[in-house]
Amino acid sequence: MSKFKKKTGTSQEIPTSALPDIIFMLLFFFMVTTVMRTDDLLITQKLPQASQLSKIEKKSLVSYIFIGTPKEVTKYGDEPKIQANGVLMEPEDIALFVEQEKTKLPESDRNKITMSMKISQEAKMGIVTDVQEELKKANARKILYASTPKLVK
Amino acid sequence: MKKSKRASAEVNAGSMADIAFLLLIFFLVTTTIASDKGILLLLPPKADPNEEQIDVKIKDKNLFKILVNSSDRVLVNGEPWTQPLENLKPKVQEFVLNNGRKEDLSESPKKAIVSFKTDRGTSYEKFIGILDVLHLSYNEIYAKKMGMTLEEFNNFDRKDADKKDKYDEIRKTIPKQISIAEPSKIGN
Repeated sequence: MSKFKKKTGTSQEIPTSALPDIIFMLLFFFMVTTVMRTDDLLITQKLPQASQLSKIEKKSLVSYIFIGTPKEVTKYGDEPKIQANGVLMEPEDIALFVEQEKTKLPESDRNKITMSMKISQEAKMGIVTDVQEELKKANARKILYASTPKLVK
Repeated sequence: MKKSKRASAEVNAGSMADIAFLLLIFFLVTTTIASDKGILLLLPPKADPNEEQIDVKIKDKNLFKILVNSSDRVLVNGEPWTQPLENLKPKVQEFVLNNGRKEDLSESPKKAIVSFKTDRGTSYEKFIGILDVLHLSYNEIYAKKMGMTLEEFNNFDRKDADKKDKYDEIRKTIPKQISIAEPSKIGN
């Protein structure tokens, strides 16, 4: 049998040596485009646990507010601070921030804006309420207390 | 050219693709795109200063009062609560589904209101803990009414018209009335 096979001079194998390169290209593409985190956090975060969680349907309508103890304690003190838009701010500035976020949305969706509150569990309710009062003023009433899932016993 | 008898000098690179694939799949799987999950809440609208405040009278028995002070101690209906928070669940459910049987509990699920008040010094962890238990109590009632387990209820598809209608119907008879009062300004 082998006698006959040898007669055809061309190799029957498909050259696959370029395949790894293609796959590597894909791999690099994914590694480069994956954005791990958009906001550079200036505060430490340890979200509380909860079991009854809901998901947000429309991600484009979500803006984030972070509250937690600053990472640089010597610079900002050890009291929980508010971070939004990449900077630390006071509760009074929240209304302005919400307005800015609203202008990014199409006009029909501006009242549906959802504020995702990523609040560290050691924060006190005082600062949370101050933020909520500002949100009421800015008419961004839909909020989400971000939390990590907990198993129900 | 004479055919050499030695093995070919090429490196067998066929499995290279497999290795690359493995890496690719590893990255695809481990990459977690930050998921947004949490407890949804709709804040009440800002009080209009021009409008006169109407005092709504609610019977004391239709209120389930939870109070947390600045050192995270809990008062439930005026009594200190020392048990774990999960034990609040049967209490809340008994209160909501009482339907006028017991004198000191709610008249009907529609009239039942869970009032939750914190202090400025209350920790956020405690706040979420209690809010979660309250949601759990109500969700368990809904799940039972819909003939699902709690897990099925939490994951059911809100786009499924049949189930959504049924859920809305139940929500009408047993509304989730959790009132979060503004914190008092004692602590902090």
